[in-house]
Amino acid sequence: MDERRAAAGTEPVRRTVSTDRRGAAPALGVSTLIVVVACIEGLIRANVINPFVVPLPSQVLAAIPRIVAEEDIPHRFWQTMQEALWASLLLIVVGIALGMLLFRFRLLRRACETGIAALASAPIVLMYPLFLVIFGRSATTIVMIGFIAGLPPVILKTVEGLAGTRKVLLDVGRSFRLADAQLFRKILLPAAMPSIFVGLRLGLIFALINIVGVEFLINFGGLGQLINELAERYDLPGMYGAIGFVILVSVVFFVACERAERWLLSSR
Amino acid sequence: MPFLAVTDIVKRFGAEDDAIVAIDGVSLDVAHGEFVSVIGPSGCGKSTLFNIIGGLIGDYEGRVSVGGEQVSGTHPAFGMVFQEESTFPWRTVLDNVAFPLELAGMGKRERHERALHFVSMVGLDGFERRYPSELSGGMRQRVSIARTLASEPRILLMDEPFAALDEQTRLLLGDKVLQIHQQLHQTTLLITHNITEAVQLSDRVLVMTYRPGRLKRSVAIDLPRPRSSEVVGSDAFGHYVAQIWSDLREEASRGIRDVESRALQGGEAP
Repeated sequence: MDERRAAAGTEPVRRTVSTDRRGAAPALGVSTLIVVVACIEGLIRANVINPFVVPLPSQVLAAIPRIVAEEDIPHRFWQTMQEALWASLLLIVVGIALGMLLFRFRLLRRACETGIAALASAPIVLMYPLFLVIFGRSATTIVMIGFIAGLPPVILKTVEGLAGTRKVLLDVGRSFRLADAQLFRKILLPAAMPSIFVGLRLGLIFALINIVGVEFLINFGGLGQLINELAERYDLPGMYGAIGFVILVSVVFFVACERAERWLLSSR
Repeated sequence: MPFLAVTDIVKRFGAEDDAIVAIDGVSLDVAHGEFVSVIGPSGCGKSTLFNIIGGLIGDYEGRVSVGGEQVSGTHPAFGMVFQEESTFPWRTVLDNVAFPLELAGMGKRERHERALHFVSMVGLDGFERRYPSELSGGMRQRVSIARTLASEPRILLMDEPFAALDEQTRLLLGDKVLQIHQQLHQTTLLITHNITEAVQLSDRVLVMTYRPGRLKRSVAIDLPRPRSSEVVGSDAFGHYVAQIWSDLREEASRGIRDVESRALQGGEAP
C-alpha cells in the first residue's frame, strides 16, 4: 500500500525529530557553558588569568543577589526592556513600511539600497552627541539610536522578501484576477514574511546592542548605566552580573521574536 | 460554435527590427467538454500560447473568444494550472483550495465545506490540515488543480502540470485527471511536451512546429472513454504515439540544431 501511495505521489514528506534529540541540543548547550565557566574559574584560580581583570565566575554568581537588591535591577531591567520595546515597535512599523516603499518604487530602491546597506555597517552609536542635541539626555535618544541602528536589516530583508516572491505565485494571483492591493496582502506579504522576520530579528539585536551601549555612554537609563556605574566603582563581579542581565534581555527578546514568528507563520 | 476559439495569434518578442516571432498565426478551437492537448518541442511557444489564452500576456495579435465573446486579459472563464509548483506554502491544503472561494467573499464555513469537496475529488482526503511542505510533488500539483477547480472555471488551462514528476506518478495522476474530466466534463486545454500524457488524456492532440510556433497537425484520439492509464498498453495507443512522434521528431531535431548553432555563434549554452 505504501509503495502504491508513493508511486501515486501521495506519500507525504515525513519529518521525524525524536524527542531525545530535541532535548539533547539544549542540554549540550548548557553543559558546554558550565564547562567553559568552570575552565575560566580554574584558570583564574591558577593565576593564568589575572583576577583583578576578570573576577571569579563564582564571585559573579554571588554578586547577583546583591546587585538585584542594592542596584534595583528589576527597575533597570524593565527600563532597558521598555526602550527596546519602543525601538522594536518603531522598527516594525517604520522599517517594514520603508521596505515596502522601496520595493514599490524601483528608482527609489536603486537610489537608496547601497546607502542603507552601508548604514548597516556604520558605527551609529558614535553619533550619540548629535542625538543628545536633538532629543536631550533622555530615553528618546536611546530609543532613536536603537531604532536607527536596527533599521537597515529590517528594510533590506523586507525588500528582499518581497522581491524574491516566486513569479508563479504572482501569476496564480493574477489568474484569479486579484487587484494590486489584494495581490500584496494575499500573496506578496505572506510570501515575504520569513525574510521580514529574519530582518526583524537582526534589527532587534542591533537595536538592543546600541540601546545598552548608549545607556552606558550617556550614563542614563537601565542596565547600560548600571554597568557604567559598577565599572567606575571597580565592582567587577557586580559589573559582570549586570552584563548577565543584559544577556537575559537579549534572550527574552530572541525567544519572544521566535515565538511571534512561529505563531504568525502558522496562522497566516 | 466552438466554446474556446483562438484565432490567428501572433506573438513577437523584442524590438521591431530584431523581433523574434514566437507564435505565428496559431488558430485552434475547443468544443464544450472537450479535452485538447497542444504538444510541441521546447521553445515552440507552447507556454507563451498558454499565457496569452489565460490573459497573462497582453501584447499580441489575434483574438481569444469564449462562447463567441472576445476576451482580453485574465477572465473568470479560465482556470490556470501552472508548470511550476504553485501552492501557497503558508496555507494548509484546505486553505489553498479555498483561496478562490475566499476571494469570492464566501464565509469560512461554507468555503471550507466546498473546498473539502474538491480536496476529495483530487484524492487528498486526510491531508486537509497539512502544509505543502509536508506533501510530495504530485500531491502539491493536485492541490493546485483542486484550487483551480474550486473557482469553477468554464475552461481549465494546464501548462505541463506534471512535468516535474516521474513517469509512473505522471501516469497515475493522468488517471486522476481523467476521472475528474469524466465527472465534470470540464473543457480542458493541456499544454505538454509529453506524447504519452497527451494521448492518454486527450480527445485531440495539436502538434506545434518549432520556432516560430505554428500548428502543424491535429490528431483526433479515438480511444474509448472512460479511460485509464491501462490504455497505454493498447495497439491503438502505440499507433497514436508513433504518429505524433513522426511529426514531432522533425521539429524537435530542428530545435536542437537551432539551439546548438546559436550556442556556437553567440556562446549561449545549449
